[in-house]
Amino acid sequence: MEIFGIPTQALFGQLLIGLINGSFYALLSLGLAVIFGLLNIINFTHGAQYMMGAFVAYLLLNKAGLGYWWALLLAPIIVGFTGVLIERFMLKRLYNLDHLYGLLLTFGVALIIQGLFRNEYGASGLPYQMPAQLTGGINLGFMFLPNYRAWVIVASLIVCLSTWFVIERTKLGSYLRAATENPQLVQSFGINVPRMITLTYGFGVGLAALAGVMAAPIYQVSPQMGADLIIVVFAVVVIGGMGSIMGSIITGFGLGLIEGLTKVFYPEASNTVIFVIMAIVLLFKPAGLFGTQK
Amino acid sequence: MAHTQTSAPADAAGAAPRQEKASAGASRHQLVAFLIMAAFFAVAPLVVYPVFLMKVMCFALFACAFNLLIGYGGLLSFGHAMFLGTAGYVAAHSAKVWGFTPELAILTATACAGVLAWVTGFLAIKRQGIYFAMITLALAQMIFFFYLQAPFTGGEDGIQAVPRGKLFGIFDLSSAVGMYPVVLLIFLGGFLLIWRIVNSPFGQILKAIRENEPRALSLGYDTDRYKHVAYVLSGTLSGLAGGTKALVFQLASLTDVHWSMSGEVVLMTLVGGLGTLFGPVVGAGVIVSMQNYLAQIGAWVTVVQGVIFVICVLAFRRGIVGEIANILRKPL
Repeated sequence: MEIFGIPTQALFGQLLIGLINGSFYALLSLGLAVIFGLLNIINFTHGAQYMMGAFVAYLLLNKAGLGYWWALLLAPIIVGFTGVLIERFMLKRLYNLDHLYGLLLTFGVALIIQGLFRNEYGASGLPYQMPAQLTGGINLGFMFLPNYRAWVIVASLIVCLSTWFVIERTKLGSYLRAATENPQLVQSFGINVPRMITLTYGFGVGLAALAGVMAAPIYQVSPQMGADLIIVVFAVVVIGGMGSIMGSIITGFGLGLIEGLTKVFYPEASNTVIFVIMAIVLLFKPAGLFGTQK
Repeated sequence: MAHTQTSAPADAAGAAPRQEKASAGASRHQLVAFLIMAAFFAVAPLVVYPVFLMKVMCFALFACAFNLLIGYGGLLSFGHAMFLGTAGYVAAHSAKVWGFTPELAILTATACAGVLAWVTGFLAIKRQGIYFAMITLALAQMIFFFYLQAPFTGGEDGIQAVPRGKLFGIFDLSSAVGMYPVVLLIFLGGFLLIWRIVNSPFGQILKAIRENEPRALSLGYDTDRYKHVAYVLSGTLSGLAGGTKALVFQLASLTDVHWSMSGEVVLMTLVGGLGTLFGPVVGAGVIVSMQNYLAQIGAWVTVVQGVIFVICVLAFRRGIVGEIANILRKPL
């Protein structure tokens, strides 16, 4: 069976990979958007923290014998905690300065983390075993769907939508949104805004680590795995605009799909298509698809 | 930073502001500092390895060009490697394949970087602050992938064994003795040009935009156009550095277009002092020396760079030259 001269197997295979990448784009850009909303900084360390998530999963398995499901729970907590330390001891000092200093600081931290991991584990990738429960796959007739990949898409969708729900529909989320608008006012109502900021950063970092754990069985675990990815995620964030949580999710998945399609029809451009889309969006809607120009 | 209060007049066209005399002119201690710097680079090759000094000068010019944008325009570009790398490839290709003379190769390279800056600047200027940094980074990554796949760049190998040729067809540049004065002149020329730009009415308006963009806008200045011109100037001068560097090392490679190079130039400027005239030169000297002496520790260089970043941002935001200027109470 063929569509536009492309075998359906190949087409749907690439679309699936696109959706997988899209899940990671969505999770990472969501974390960036949540952090940006409250801290007003772009977390350049995000890619390194995604990598740390994958490494924590790898180390839990090989040093402590704790498998994938434990990693899924523990890695975001561990990496999120390192994020809390970064916020408490470094980022906190920069809030009354130009926001660009936050970008520079997190860039420096990313260099340190990536350099340390590269010294310890080398530049080549380490394999991570897929959990036994999710091996194999289902034949859907038009394509073969590996269970693990289906799980990644569903799980990240659930995480993204729950995050959206918590921020947009709960009391806690309303505090968060209020603090984004006017932290002084929220603080004067007796809410501990500095602690909220710290926890928000930890949460955003935790999301990155979660994405890292989910990526570990698909891609190899390597110190550089987040370095190039974060630049693509920046482009995703520019395209979507950071104003809206749902916008980040939709843009992330959508761009993953487009990238997958590009791999089928014009593979040479698959590396650059997201950047080209960014340029086009900037031309016609500079604030981003879901953003509002301040 | 000590800025002289010169509120530019609300000139309707914004095109011909009055000449600043005492405040904007080059001050004497800056002139002294410049002469010391020029003398240092003129004498140093007698003691220090000339290729190393040429590397420092190329990166110093690159950092000065970058500083024009961040230090005086307040725009943080995280994609300046695209200008350095593009110019490097153009200079290398035109000298090696088309047989251009060195001056022509460098000019072509600089012009290409300028065109690239015009196009990317047009896009990036549409957003500000953090978005501007992300957009320039993303555009530079796009350019990186283009060069990775384009046939003429030689992919991972780069363009090697680029002939330095003969300047104007007469002066042989193949030895360090021939090449060094050329690099020195390009560096000093570029530096003087940036100095002139910073002190020009254009530079004053740029600073005004950095300090308070809505105010500059309300005074009738087309701030986007000023920012775009600053971006193009900065990209073009980075291209001058990149083209020269390709001829010095007889090599154009992916390293010069990679995002880590964009990060390095930020680091150089930060270490030396954002918004200071001589800071980027000092910063380039420090970082290039560090890389040379720490080359044997491999990946630790990245860690050290990261640590310097963190220290500079947390505790040393003025940079080396900024601190000295602060002690002397004079801008440098």
